[in-house]
Amino acid sequence: MIWQLDLAILTLVVIAGIGAITVKDLLGAAILFGAYSFMMCLLWSIMGAVDVSFTEASVGAGASTVFFVAAVFRTTRRTKD
Amino acid sequence: MQMLVAKYNYWIYITLMMIGLYAMIAKNNLVKKIVGMSIFQTAIILFYVSIGAKRGATIPIIEHGHGEGHGAGTHMVHAVDYINPLPHVLMLTAIVVAVATLGVALALAIRVYNRYNTLEEDEILAQIREK
Repeated sequence: MIWQLDLAILTLVVIAGIGAITVKDLLGAAILFGAYSFMMCLLWSIMGAVDVSFTEASVGAGASTVFFVAAVFRTTRRTKD
Repeated sequence: MQMLVAKYNYWIYITLMMIGLYAMIAKNNLVKKIVGMSIFQTAIILFYVSIGAKRGATIPIIEHGHGEGHGAGTHMVHAVDYINPLPHVLMLTAIVVAVATLGVALALAIRVYNRYNTLEEDEILAQIREK
């Protein structure tokens, strides 16, 4: 485990998480959530959990983002907070 | 102090968990609440994977496991050389459950939107009270 890389990606995870819940556009929130999931996937491959890492890359960053984008296009992009 | 700095993974996991809890409680939009729920779930997965991580260990695949000919059974397998794979296997199940709950939650949000024509919680509650 390389701690410099670990700390940098942990910072990016927190930034992407805060961005996903504060941006005032639901499509932007969906894409930022995809970035958050991908950063988590990188974090797990750093920590040696390669099986969790590729499951997160396909399911978390792939399928979840598609679900969010599909839900946003079937409803609305507008949000008040 | 040394303990607090060395365990920085756990501080980040608490931070992410509080971000998710805040989004679930304080946000007004249903999709934002669902994003908060997913962040909360990944924070717990981060905690479990951090438990299994070790310094100076490799990924949990045994080297020289199936020896060719003479090497079979002569190599000692030291558990300290490998990362603990048990939390990884548990969290593999948790990721699949997380995407299933996400799909159900988004389907319910789409039904709510079709009925009330909004995703904001206060507007939905106002429409329910009018009836």
